[in-house]
Amino acid sequence: MTLRDIIFKLLGRQKTSASTARERLQLVLAHDRCDLSPELLDQMRREILDVVAKYVEIDIEEGAVSLETEDRMTALVANLPIKRSLVTTSSDNDETAS
Amino acid sequence: METNTRIILICSGKGGVGKTTLTANLGIALARQGVCTAVLDADFGLRNLDLLLGLENRIVYTAQEVLEETCRLDQALVKHKQEPNLSLMPAGNPRMLDWLKPKDMQRIVDMLSEKFDYVLIDCPAGVEDGFRNAVAASKEAIVVTNPEVSAVRDADRVIGLLNTHGVKPVQLVLNRVRPKMIASQEMLSVDDVTDILALPLLGLVIEDEQVIVSTNRGEPLTLTGGNSPAARCYSNIARRLQGEEIPLIDPSKQGSGVRDKLKRLMQTKIF
Ligand SMILES: Nc1ncnc2c1ncn2[C@@H]1O[C@H](COP(=O)(O)OP(=O)(O)OP(=O)(O)O)[C@@H](O)[C@H]1O
Ligand SMILES: [Mg+2]
Repeated sequence: MTLRDIIFKLLGRQKTSASTARERLQLVLAHDRCDLSPELLDQMRREILDVVAKYVEIDIEEGAVSLETEDRMTALVANLPIKRSLVTTSSDNDETAS
Repeated sequence: METNTRIILICSGKGGVGKTTLTANLGIALARQGVCTAVLDADFGLRNLDLLLGLENRIVYTAQEVLEETCRLDQALVKHKQEPNLSLMPAGNPRMLDWLKPKDMQRIVDMLSEKFDYVLIDCPAGVEDGFRNAVAASKEAIVVTNPEVSAVRDADRVIGLLNTHGVKPVQLVLNRVRPKMIASQEMLSVDDVTDILALPLLGLVIEDEQVIVSTNRGEPLTLTGGNSPAARCYSNIARRLQGEEIPLIDPSKQGSGVRDKLKRLMQTKIF
Protein backbone atom coordinates (compact mmCIF):
# COMPACT_ATOMS: atom_id res chain seq x y z
CA MET A 1 0.00 0.00 0.00
CA THR A 2 1.32 3.42 -0.88
CA LEU A 3 0.90 6.81 0.72
CA ARG A 4 -1.57 7.71 -2.02
CA ASP A 5 -3.64 4.61 -1.25
CA ILE A 6 -3.87 5.61 2.39
CA ILE A 7 -4.94 9.15 1.57
CA PHE A 8 -7.44 7.78 -0.92
CA LYS A 9 -8.78 5.46 1.73
CA LEU A 10 -9.22 8.32 4.18
CA LEU A 11 -11.07 10.26 1.52
CA GLY A 12 -13.18 7.23 0.71
CA ARG A 13 -11.79 7.07 -2.83
CA GLN A 14 -10.94 3.91 -4.67
CA LYS A 15 -7.50 2.31 -4.44
CA THR A 16 -5.20 3.03 -7.39
CA SER A 17 -5.52 0.47 -10.13
CA ALA A 18 -1.79 -0.30 -10.02
CA SER A 19 -1.99 -1.52 -6.46
CA THR A 20 -5.07 -3.58 -7.24
CA ALA A 21 -3.17 -5.09 -10.18
CA ARG A 22 -0.23 -5.88 -7.91
CA GLU A 23 -2.39 -7.66 -5.36
CA ARG A 24 -4.35 -9.62 -7.95
CA LEU A 25 -1.17 -10.73 -9.69
CA GLN A 26 0.48 -11.87 -6.50
CA LEU A 27 -2.49 -14.04 -5.69
CA VAL A 28 -3.00 -15.52 -9.12
CA LEU A 29 0.71 -16.24 -9.58
CA ALA A 30 0.95 -18.06 -6.27
CA HIS A 31 -1.69 -20.44 -7.62
CA ASP A 32 -0.27 -20.61 -11.16
CA ARG A 33 3.22 -21.40 -9.94
CA CYS A 34 2.30 -24.48 -7.96
CA ASP A 35 -0.43 -25.50 -10.38
CA LEU A 36 -2.97 -25.92 -7.60
CA SER A 37 -6.61 -25.17 -8.28
CA PRO A 38 -8.70 -23.39 -5.62
CA GLU A 39 -10.68 -26.64 -5.13
CA LEU A 40 -7.54 -28.66 -4.48
CA LEU A 41 -6.24 -25.99 -2.15
CA ASP A 42 -9.51 -26.08 -0.28
CA GLN A 43 -9.41 -29.87 -0.02
CA MET A 44 -5.85 -29.69 1.24
CA ARG A 45 -6.87 -27.07 3.77
CA ARG A 46 -9.62 -29.31 5.11
CA GLU A 47 -7.31 -32.32 5.34
CA ILE A 48 -4.61 -30.31 7.08
CA LEU A 49 -7.15 -29.03 9.57
CA ASP A 50 -8.34 -32.60 10.18
CA VAL A 51 -4.83 -33.79 10.91
CA VAL A 52 -4.02 -30.88 13.17
CA ALA A 53 -7.36 -31.28 14.97
CA LYS A 54 -6.25 -34.76 16.07
CA TYR A 55 -3.52 -33.26 18.17
CA VAL A 56 -4.71 -29.87 19.25
CA GLU A 57 -7.98 -28.08 19.48
CA ILE A 58 -7.89 -25.30 16.96
CA ASP A 59 -10.06 -22.37 16.22
CA ILE A 60 -11.43 -23.46 12.85
CA GLU A 61 -13.05 -20.09 12.23
CA GLU A 62 -9.79 -18.25 12.69
CA GLY A 63 -7.64 -20.80 10.87
CA ALA A 64 -6.27 -19.97 7.44
CA VAL A 65 -4.19 -21.93 4.95
CA SER A 66 -2.98 -19.93 1.99
CA LEU A 67 -0.31 -19.74 -0.66
CA GLU A 68 2.16 -16.91 -0.65
CA THR A 69 4.82 -16.25 -3.19
CA GLU A 70 8.01 -14.27 -3.20
CA ASP A 71 11.02 -14.43 -5.52
CA ARG A 72 9.51 -17.33 -7.45
CA MET A 73 9.28 -19.42 -4.27
CA THR A 74 5.79 -20.41 -3.24
CA ALA A 75 5.08 -21.21 0.38
CA LEU A 76 2.10 -22.86 1.94
CA VAL A 77 1.30 -20.77 4.96
CA ALA A 78 -0.94 -22.14 7.69
CA ASN A 79 -2.08 -19.90 10.47
CA LEU A 80 -3.92 -22.04 12.98
CA PRO A 81 -4.59 -20.56 16.43
CA ILE A 82 -4.36 -23.37 18.98
CA LYS A 83 -6.87 -23.36 21.82
CA ARG A 84 -5.38 -26.26 23.74
CA SER A 85 -3.49 -29.48 23.28
CA LEU A 86 -5.53 -32.70 23.08
CA VAL A 87 -2.68 -35.16 23.34
CA THR A 88 -0.78 -36.04 26.45
CA THR A 89 0.61 -39.49 25.59
CA SER A 90 1.12 -41.35 22.34
CA SER A 91 -1.56 -43.96 23.24
CA ASP A 92 -4.08 -41.16 23.47
CA ASN A 93 -3.18 -40.25 20.00
CA ASP A 94 -3.94 -43.77 18.67
CA GLU A 95 -7.45 -43.62 20.06
CA THR A 96 -8.33 -40.33 18.50
CA ALA A 97 -6.85 -41.42 15.21
CA SER A 98 -9.24 -44.36 14.75
CA MET B 1 29.14 -28.18 -32.34
CA GLU B 2 29.66 -25.77 -29.46
CA THR B 3 30.39 -22.18 -30.40
CA ASN B 4 30.47 -18.96 -28.44
CA THR B 5 27.52 -17.67 -30.39
CA ARG B 6 24.88 -16.11 -28.20
CA ILE B 7 21.59 -17.75 -29.06
CA ILE B 8 18.85 -15.64 -27.55
CA LEU B 9 15.15 -16.48 -27.57
CA ILE B 10 12.84 -13.47 -27.56
CA CYS B 11 9.57 -14.69 -26.08
CA SER B 12 6.59 -13.52 -24.04
CA GLY B 13 3.75 -15.99 -23.71
CA LYS B 14 1.12 -13.40 -24.50
CA GLY B 15 0.83 -12.20 -28.08
CA GLY B 16 1.34 -8.67 -29.32
CA VAL B 17 3.57 -7.41 -26.52
CA GLY B 18 6.44 -6.40 -28.81
CA LYS B 19 8.69 -9.43 -29.45
CA THR B 20 9.10 -8.93 -33.17
CA THR B 21 9.65 -5.17 -32.81
CA LEU B 22 12.35 -5.84 -30.21
CA THR B 23 14.00 -8.53 -32.34
CA ALA B 24 14.18 -6.21 -35.35
CA ASN B 25 15.50 -3.25 -33.38
CA LEU B 26 18.03 -5.29 -31.43
CA GLY B 27 19.22 -6.99 -34.60
CA ILE B 28 19.89 -3.66 -36.29
CA ALA B 29 21.43 -2.11 -33.16
CA LEU B 30 23.81 -5.03 -32.66
CA ALA B 31 24.77 -4.98 -36.34
CA ARG B 32 25.54 -1.28 -36.04
CA GLN B 33 27.84 -2.08 -33.15
CA GLY B 34 29.74 -4.28 -35.57
CA VAL B 35 28.65 -7.72 -34.40
CA CYS B 36 27.60 -10.30 -36.93
CA THR B 37 23.95 -10.96 -36.16
CA ALA B 38 21.27 -13.27 -37.52
CA VAL B 39 17.60 -12.91 -36.73
CA LEU B 40 15.56 -16.06 -37.11
CA ASP B 41 11.82 -15.83 -37.61
CA ALA B 42 10.49 -18.76 -35.60
CA ASP B 43 6.91 -17.57 -35.93
CA PHE B 44 6.06 -19.81 -38.86
CA GLY B 45 2.35 -19.36 -38.42
CA LEU B 46 2.28 -15.56 -38.54
CA ARG B 47 5.63 -14.35 -39.80
CA ASN B 48 6.29 -10.63 -39.62
CA LEU B 49 9.96 -10.09 -38.94
CA ASP B 50 10.68 -9.67 -42.67
CA LEU B 51 8.11 -6.87 -42.82
CA LEU B 52 9.44 -5.00 -39.80
CA LEU B 53 12.94 -5.12 -41.27
CA GLY B 54 11.73 -4.04 -44.70
CA LEU B 55 13.06 -7.23 -46.26
CA GLU B 56 9.78 -8.80 -47.40
CA ASN B 57 10.51 -8.35 -51.10
CA ARG B 58 13.95 -9.88 -50.99
CA ILE B 59 13.06 -13.33 -49.72
CA VAL B 60 13.85 -16.12 -52.16
CA TYR B 61 14.32 -19.17 -49.97
CA THR B 62 13.35 -19.77 -46.36
CA ALA B 63 14.22 -21.97 -43.40
CA GLN B 64 12.01 -24.58 -45.00
CA GLU B 65 14.22 -25.07 -48.07
CA VAL B 66 17.31 -25.08 -45.87
CA LEU B 67 15.86 -27.89 -43.75
CA GLU B 68 14.70 -29.79 -46.82
CA GLU B 69 18.21 -29.33 -48.20
CA THR B 70 16.99 -27.84 -51.44
CA CYS B 71 19.11 -24.73 -50.86
CA ARG B 72 22.22 -23.73 -48.95
CA LEU B 73 22.10 -21.67 -45.78
CA ASP B 74 23.55 -18.55 -47.39
CA GLN B 75 21.03 -18.71 -50.23
CA ALA B 76 18.19 -18.36 -47.77
CA LEU B 77 19.79 -15.67 -45.60
CA VAL B 78 18.67 -12.16 -46.53
CA LYS B 79 21.36 -9.59 -45.85
CA HIS B 80 20.21 -6.13 -44.79
CA LYS B 81 21.36 -3.55 -47.34
CA GLN B 82 22.22 -0.70 -44.98
CA GLU B 83 23.46 -2.93 -42.19
CA PRO B 84 25.19 -5.87 -43.87
CA ASN B 85 26.18 -7.27 -40.47
CA LEU B 86 22.54 -8.28 -40.09
CA SER B 87 20.90 -11.21 -41.88
CA LEU B 88 17.38 -12.55 -41.68
CA MET B 89 16.54 -16.23 -41.83
CA PRO B 90 12.92 -16.08 -43.00
CA ALA B 91 10.20 -18.39 -41.71
CA GLY B 92 8.92 -20.98 -44.16
CA ASN B 93 5.40 -21.78 -45.16
CA PRO B 94 2.93 -22.17 -42.27
CA ARG B 95 2.41 -25.77 -43.41
CA MET B 96 5.90 -26.43 -42.02
CA LEU B 97 4.25 -26.52 -38.62
CA ASP B 98 2.89 -29.98 -39.48
CA TRP B 99 6.31 -31.56 -39.41
CA LEU B 100 8.65 -29.11 -37.68
CA LYS B 101 10.30 -30.63 -34.60
CA PRO B 102 12.67 -29.20 -31.94
CA LYS B 103 15.56 -30.97 -33.61
CA ASP B 104 14.86 -29.14 -36.89
CA MET B 105 15.08 -25.83 -35.08
CA GLN B 106 18.29 -26.97 -33.47
CA ARG B 107 19.74 -27.86 -36.86
CA ILE B 108 19.07 -24.47 -38.35
CA VAL B 109 20.39 -22.65 -35.28
CA ASP B 110 23.54 -24.80 -35.31
CA MET B 111 24.14 -23.77 -38.91
CA LEU B 112 23.63 -20.11 -38.04
CA SER B 113 25.94 -20.39 -35.01
CA GLU B 114 28.84 -21.26 -37.27
CA LYS B 115 28.56 -17.95 -39.09
CA PHE B 116 27.21 -15.43 -36.57
CA ASP B 117 28.09 -13.97 -33.17
CA TYR B 118 24.46 -13.50 -32.24
CA VAL B 119 21.35 -15.43 -33.22
CA LEU B 120 18.12 -13.75 -32.11
CA ILE B 121 15.08 -15.99 -32.33
CA ASP B 122 11.70 -14.28 -32.70
CA CYS B 123 9.40 -16.67 -30.84
CA PRO B 124 5.69 -17.11 -31.59
CA ALA B 125 3.19 -16.27 -28.86
CA GLY B 126 1.84 -19.08 -26.70
CA VAL B 127 3.55 -21.94 -24.92
CA GLU B 128 2.69 -24.69 -27.38
CA ASP B 129 4.67 -26.39 -30.15
CA GLY B 130 6.05 -23.20 -31.71
CA PHE B 131 7.47 -22.13 -28.37
CA ARG B 132 8.77 -25.61 -27.59
CA ASN B 133 10.57 -25.87 -30.92
CA ALA B 134 12.19 -22.48 -30.45
CA VAL B 135 13.16 -22.98 -26.82
CA ALA B 136 14.93 -26.26 -27.62
CA ALA B 137 17.41 -24.40 -29.81
CA SER B 138 18.05 -21.49 -27.43
CA LYS B 139 20.73 -20.89 -24.83
CA GLU B 140 19.47 -17.71 -23.22
CA ALA B 141 16.25 -15.74 -23.33
CA ILE B 142 14.72 -12.30 -23.16
CA VAL B 143 11.16 -12.27 -21.84
CA VAL B 144 9.18 -9.31 -23.17
CA THR B 145 6.19 -8.12 -21.24
CA ASN B 146 3.93 -5.08 -20.82
CA PRO B 147 2.94 -3.55 -17.48
CA GLU B 148 -0.46 -5.23 -17.62
CA VAL B 149 -1.82 -8.08 -15.53
CA SER B 150 -2.40 -10.56 -18.35
CA ALA B 151 1.00 -9.98 -19.97
CA VAL B 152 2.78 -10.33 -16.62
CA ARG B 153 0.90 -13.49 -15.76
CA ASP B 154 1.76 -15.09 -19.10
CA ALA B 155 5.38 -13.98 -18.77
CA ASP B 156 5.51 -15.77 -15.44
CA ARG B 157 4.33 -18.99 -17.06
CA VAL B 158 7.00 -18.70 -19.75
CA ILE B 159 9.72 -18.00 -17.19
CA GLY B 160 8.76 -21.24 -15.41
CA LEU B 161 9.06 -23.18 -18.68
CA LEU B 162 12.40 -21.54 -19.54
CA ASN B 163 13.70 -22.60 -16.14
CA THR B 164 12.65 -26.21 -16.68
CA HIS B 165 14.35 -26.20 -20.08
CA GLY B 166 17.57 -24.97 -18.48
CA VAL B 167 17.66 -21.75 -20.50
CA LYS B 168 19.76 -19.08 -18.80
CA PRO B 169 20.28 -16.29 -18.26
CA VAL B 170 16.70 -15.12 -18.61
CA GLN B 171 16.31 -11.34 -18.62
CA LEU B 172 13.32 -9.05 -18.75
CA VAL B 173 12.34 -6.29 -21.16
CA LEU B 174 9.37 -4.22 -20.07
CA ASN B 175 7.76 -2.71 -23.17
CA ARG B 176 5.15 0.02 -23.70
CA VAL B 177 5.89 1.78 -20.44
CA ARG B 178 3.89 4.99 -19.91
CA PRO B 179 5.67 7.14 -17.32
CA LYS B 180 2.65 9.37 -16.72
CA MET B 181 0.38 6.44 -15.92
CA ILE B 182 3.00 4.97 -13.61
CA ALA B 183 3.33 8.33 -11.83
CA SER B 184 -0.43 8.44 -11.21
CA GLN B 185 -0.29 4.79 -10.13
CA GLU B 186 -2.64 3.61 -12.82
CA MET B 187 0.06 1.34 -14.29
CA LEU B 188 2.29 -1.28 -12.70
CA SER B 189 5.70 0.28 -12.11
CA VAL B 190 9.01 -1.10 -13.31
CA ASP B 191 9.82 -2.25 -9.77
CA ASP B 192 6.41 -3.91 -9.42
CA VAL B 193 7.00 -6.05 -12.49
CA THR B 194 10.61 -6.98 -11.72
CA ASP B 195 9.65 -7.82 -8.13
CA ILE B 196 6.73 -9.98 -9.16
CA LEU B 197 8.62 -11.84 -11.89
CA ALA B 198 11.93 -11.90 -9.96
CA LEU B 199 13.99 -11.41 -13.11
CA PRO B 200 16.87 -9.05 -13.81
CA LEU B 201 15.75 -6.15 -15.97
CA LEU B 202 17.62 -5.85 -19.25
CA GLY B 203 15.73 -2.72 -20.11
CA LEU B 204 12.47 -0.95 -20.60
CA VAL B 205 10.93 0.54 -23.70
CA ILE B 206 8.74 3.61 -23.52
CA GLU B 207 5.41 3.62 -25.34
CA ASP B 208 6.23 5.63 -28.47
CA GLU B 209 4.27 6.51 -31.61
CA GLN B 210 7.49 6.42 -33.59
CA VAL B 211 7.42 2.62 -33.25
CA ILE B 212 4.37 2.57 -35.52
CA VAL B 213 5.88 5.06 -37.95
CA SER B 214 9.02 2.95 -38.25
CA THR B 215 6.97 -0.22 -38.74
CA ASN B 216 5.07 1.47 -41.56
CA ARG B 217 8.34 2.17 -43.31
CA GLY B 218 10.02 -1.14 -42.59
CA GLU B 219 12.89 0.76 -41.00
CA PRO B 220 13.49 -0.15 -37.36
CA LEU B 221 14.06 2.87 -35.11
CA THR B 222 17.63 1.83 -34.40
CA LEU B 223 18.46 1.95 -38.10
CA THR B 224 18.40 5.70 -38.49
CA GLY B 225 20.08 6.30 -35.14
CA GLY B 226 17.11 8.53 -34.39
CA ASN B 227 16.57 9.96 -30.98
CA SER B 228 12.97 9.10 -30.16
CA PRO B 229 12.42 7.68 -26.65
CA ALA B 230 11.93 4.11 -27.86
CA ALA B 231 14.95 4.32 -30.19
CA ARG B 232 17.16 5.22 -27.23
CA CYS B 233 15.67 2.40 -25.18
CA TYR B 234 16.32 -0.20 -27.87
CA SER B 235 19.94 0.80 -28.42
CA ASN B 236 20.56 0.85 -24.66
CA ILE B 237 19.25 -2.71 -24.48
CA ALA B 238 21.62 -3.76 -27.27
CA ARG B 239 24.57 -2.16 -25.49
CA ARG B 240 23.67 -3.84 -22.20
CA LEU B 241 23.49 -7.18 -24.00
CA GLN B 242 27.05 -6.52 -25.09
CA GLY B 243 28.06 -6.09 -21.47
CA GLU B 244 28.17 -2.30 -21.32
CA GLU B 245 26.95 -0.82 -18.08
CA ILE B 246 24.27 1.67 -18.93
CA PRO B 247 22.24 2.90 -16.00
CA LEU B 248 18.57 2.08 -16.09
CA ILE B 249 16.23 5.00 -16.08
CA ASP B 250 13.20 4.43 -13.94
CA PRO B 251 10.52 6.63 -15.49
CA SER B 252 8.71 6.92 -12.19
CA LYS B 253 11.85 8.38 -10.62
CA GLN B 254 12.39 11.00 -13.30
CA GLY B 255 12.00 14.72 -12.85
CA SER B 256 13.22 17.00 -10.09
CA GLY B 257 10.38 19.54 -9.90
CA VAL B 258 8.16 19.88 -6.86
CA ARG B 259 5.35 18.07 -8.64
CA ASP B 260 7.55 15.12 -9.52
CA LYS B 261 8.86 14.93 -5.97
CA LEU B 262 5.34 14.99 -4.58
CA LYS B 263 4.28 12.25 -7.01
CA ARG B 264 7.20 10.11 -5.88
CA LEU B 265 6.32 10.69 -2.26
CA MET B 266 2.80 9.49 -2.96
CA GLN B 267 4.25 6.28 -4.42
CA THR B 268 6.22 5.44 -1.29
CA LYS B 269 5.21 2.00 -0.15
CA ILE B 270 4.06 2.14 3.44
CA PHE B 271 3.39 -1.60 3.79
N1 LIG C 1 7.13 0.63 -27.42
C1 LIG C 1 6.06 0.61 -28.22
N2 LIG C 1 5.31 1.73 -28.41
C2 LIG C 1 4.25 1.73 -29.22
N3 LIG C 1 3.81 0.67 -29.90
C3 LIG C 1 4.48 -0.49 -29.76
C4 LIG C 1 5.64 -0.59 -28.92
N4 LIG C 1 6.10 -1.85 -29.00
C5 LIG C 1 5.28 -2.53 -29.83
N5 LIG C 1 4.30 -1.72 -30.30
C6 LIG C 1 3.20 -2.10 -31.23
O1 LIG C 1 2.57 -3.25 -30.72
C7 LIG C 1 2.17 -4.12 -31.74
C8 LIG C 1 2.67 -5.51 -31.52
O2 LIG C 1 4.07 -5.53 -31.65
P1 LIG C 1 4.86 -6.83 -32.16
O3 LIG C 1 4.32 -7.31 -33.46
O4 LIG C 1 6.31 -6.53 -32.06
O5 LIG C 1 4.44 -7.86 -31.02
P2 LIG C 1 4.71 -9.43 -30.97
O6 LIG C 1 4.93 -9.75 -29.52
O7 LIG C 1 5.76 -9.82 -31.90
O8 LIG C 1 3.31 -9.99 -31.45
P3 LIG C 1 2.95 -11.51 -31.84
O9 LIG C 1 2.76 -12.23 -30.54
O10 LIG C 1 1.69 -11.40 -32.61
O11 LIG C 1 4.09 -12.05 -32.63
C9 LIG C 1 2.64 -3.50 -33.04
O12 LIG C 1 1.59 -2.81 -33.63
C10 LIG C 1 3.73 -2.52 -32.58
O13 LIG C 1 3.85 -1.44 -33.44
MG1 LIG D 1 5.73 -11.31 -33.46
